[in-house]
Amino acid sequence: MGLSGIEIFKKLPKKNCKECGVPTCLAFAMQLAQGKAELSLCPYVTDEVAAELSEASAPPIRTVTIGVGDNALKIGGETVMFRHDKTFENPVGFAILISDSMSEGEVDDKIKQFNETSFERVGLNLRPDLLALKSEANDTNKYASLVKKVAEQTEGNIILISESKEMMEAGLNCCKEKKPLLYAVTSNGGSDIAGLAKENGCPLAVKGANLEETAQITERLVKEGFKDLVIDSGARNIKQLLEDQIKIRRAALKGKYRPLGFPTITFPNEMTNDSMKEAMYAAIMVAKYAGIIVLSGFDAPRIFPLLVQRLNIYTDPQRPMVMEQKIYELNTPSKNSPVIVTTNFSLTYFIVSGEVEGSKVPTWLCIMDTEGLSTLTAWSAGKFVPDLIAAYIKKIGIADKVEHRKIIIPGYLAQIKGELEDELNNEWEVIVGPREAGDLPTFLQRIA
Amino acid sequence: MSLNIPLEKYTGSIRETIIGGSNKAVKIGGESVLAFHKFEGNIPNKPLVALGVCDIKPTDWAEAAIEPFKDCLDNPTAWAKKCVEEYGADVVCIELLGTDPNGENKGPEEAAEVVKGISENINVPLIIYGSGKSEKDTAVLKKVAEACQGKNVLIGASKEDNYRSVGAACLGYKHSVIAETPIDVNLAKQLNILLNNLGLPMENIVIDPSTGALGYGIEYTYSVIERDRLAALTQSDEKMQVPIICNLGKDSWKTKESKISQEEMPSYGDVKKRGIMWEAVGAMSLFVAGANVVVMRHPEAAKLVKTVIEELL
Ligand code: B12
Ligand code: SF4
Repeated sequence: MGLSGIEIFKKLPKKNCKECGVPTCLAFAMQLAQGKAELSLCPYVTDEVAAELSEASAPPIRTVTIGVGDNALKIGGETVMFRHDKTFENPVGFAILISDSMSEGEVDDKIKQFNETSFERVGLNLRPDLLALKSEANDTNKYASLVKKVAEQTEGNIILISESKEMMEAGLNCCKEKKPLLYAVTSNGGSDIAGLAKENGCPLAVKGANLEETAQITERLVKEGFKDLVIDSGARNIKQLLEDQIKIRRAALKGKYRPLGFPTITFPNEMTNDSMKEAMYAAIMVAKYAGIIVLSGFDAPRIFPLLVQRLNIYTDPQRPMVMEQKIYELNTPSKNSPVIVTTNFSLTYFIVSGEVEGSKVPTWLCIMDTEGLSTLTAWSAGKFVPDLIAAYIKKIGIADKVEHRKIIIPGYLAQIKGELEDELNNEWEVIVGPREAGDLPTFLQRIA
Repeated sequence: MSLNIPLEKYTGSIRETIIGGSNKAVKIGGESVLAFHKFEGNIPNKPLVALGVCDIKPTDWAEAAIEPFKDCLDNPTAWAKKCVEEYGADVVCIELLGTDPNGENKGPEEAAEVVKGISENINVPLIIYGSGKSEKDTAVLKKVAEACQGKNVLIGASKEDNYRSVGAACLGYKHSVIAETPIDVNLAKQLNILLNNLGLPMENIVIDPSTGALGYGIEYTYSVIERDRLAALTQSDEKMQVPIICNLGKDSWKTKESKISQEEMPSYGDVKKRGIMWEAVGAMSLFVAGANVVVMRHPEAAKLVKTVIEELL
């Protein structure tokens, strides 16, 4: 953000006419500085001042949208170097590369990989985001038919890759309405492509030979009125690429250096022929600042861990992921299976359910809403305490699912056993489980 | 506007810890910049992958993690030798799972025997973890420290509730100690201070920040490592200026995602490759955050990560 209330105030008309809804221009300026008001509420600011203020208050890294509608991918907009300072804003997009020189079968296979990659986790659907379509055959018809096919057969966002205006135009004609990312303007070419981006309102990628050159190109484009840029520093070895990513974010956030204040696009697919290594490069880019990662394929063993890594890196460190409050049926439990209860902190759930599933013992897992706190934290915060747990047990209807009346609690909460039994009107026997989930399998096998 | 990249202002550096006694000793730490930030400072020692060996045949790992060692799972010495001779391990990490009081509950003498056997038969440095059950570890790690006298190994974990005895054993027999705390900068610092007050030099302390596997809390570990490194490097917090170790392999290979077969879960794809990637992506994340040592299980995952580390330096 940057501008203080006073700095903004200096630029306001100072009429104190109240038309903006607050008593004075100063009060309005303060609200603007806090992001609580819109500049357009004041009818008297000149266009010039409006432009100046919006430029000065623009975020240090621009948010760029690729695509349209609910499926559109937003990248950039980041405000910190480290996720513990503030949540990383817009998760990095994963793209699969498809070239018009690939065989029909290969193309179909990649499209299928894109469409079928989907993993369920914490109630979320983990999916990749983009298809990067590269023109290599030097044949407008071929390129157009590839783009057409992809636009028809997938809901994904599109990156068009070509340095030739003809190819780009052919591709763009088949997917204009999807507002694809056009890749790329370079130092010695691509001004035609920039023209196409402008005409069609598409975001535009820039590729330099190094950081300096990249910044020179974006600076030029910004002067020409381009806003939605995505940058490729040109690095194609992991050491240089990581260095560039760190420098780009630093320059934008700490140096307020506008020419690098854009999300980045990276190409692990061009950096190695070894698919496992490619995934390693991608993992580094997920952690360190890429906006888009282009991969050669989305085979499950590679893309699944990367999607989970992205989920982990981009979660809000202050607000843990939570599971839905309900009874989870592990290993198809029956009327005689043990009942265990714990909190809805996703980590607690994953660890406990993982151990129970591994044990193969059929089990009812009752997950209680504790606002995403771990067992001990929730207990300390008064959210996983006997009266609340008892109320939950009564409400959730586990009594209808089992014939026995035994409930297992986490070992760390041994001290609540008596009180919890009282709260449950002594209708249930409370059994203290082991402290560590790792010891649950032995414990369950013993009592089952 | 000319390109001007603000550099990070580093005011401290990480101490070097030496593990091992022979000519194959390794150094960890020593860096004066964040992970892989070679463009703004010195990283004298490369981050290390340690390969894990257990004192008993593990029961809860994925098939793929067992397979490379299936001819030697009953023989820890042979297992460790295979890690070194066949898979080129720079460091071996022995995990004394068999001493777990809730498991096979093997005694301290037996554990020390195993460690001794390994240490006499391989020439790479050793890291030794107990079962993680504090009380039992107190007895086990003391015997282990004694058995490894002169070998300058890295022993853990010492925690809030057993650091005195584990720390004293390491001090007495001249080893380095792993200080484990639950994902918290202040707790880590406090334990380092307590160990240091026992007489252990800072050079002989290595932080274990508690490690979650990918999808199982790795983001907490990731962020606490970054915070630990910032405290040490940019806030000159002397008591945090020690290397970091993460024991990842054991949790990674227990995850459902590493274990469940393709038949049961077709959309997950090949189970072996998936497990390897799960471990490798996790390890890479921890190294990028700033870990100096990551303990891994699968030789292929370890090799992959090692190759990429080489490229990054
Ligand atoms: C991260 C953390 C936090 C985070 C919260 C993260 C979260 N989502 O819960 C934050 C920073 C918000 C936090 C806050 C607080 N925290 Co806190 N926190 C921790 C920390 C470091 C890790 C917790 C964690 O994530 N554990 C991992 C999960 C997976 O563990 P878990 O849920 O217990 O599950 C394990 C076992 O219990 C078992 N298990 C789980 N379910 C079941 C079920 C059955 C049947 C069985 C058998 C086993 C089992 O399996 C799991 C793995 O083994 C712990 C330290 C520690 N050693 O645990 C302190 C800790 C839990 N916090 C503590 C305290 C006091 C607090 C605060 C009250 C601090 C304060 N004074 O403000 C607040 C309360 C929160 C609030 N809103 O008011 C204390 C609790 C003290 C006590 N013994 O009761 C601890 C132990 C730290 C300490 N040593 O002082 N905390
Ligand atoms: S509308 Fe504009 S000029 Fe009138 S008080 Fe508000 S800020 Fe001042």
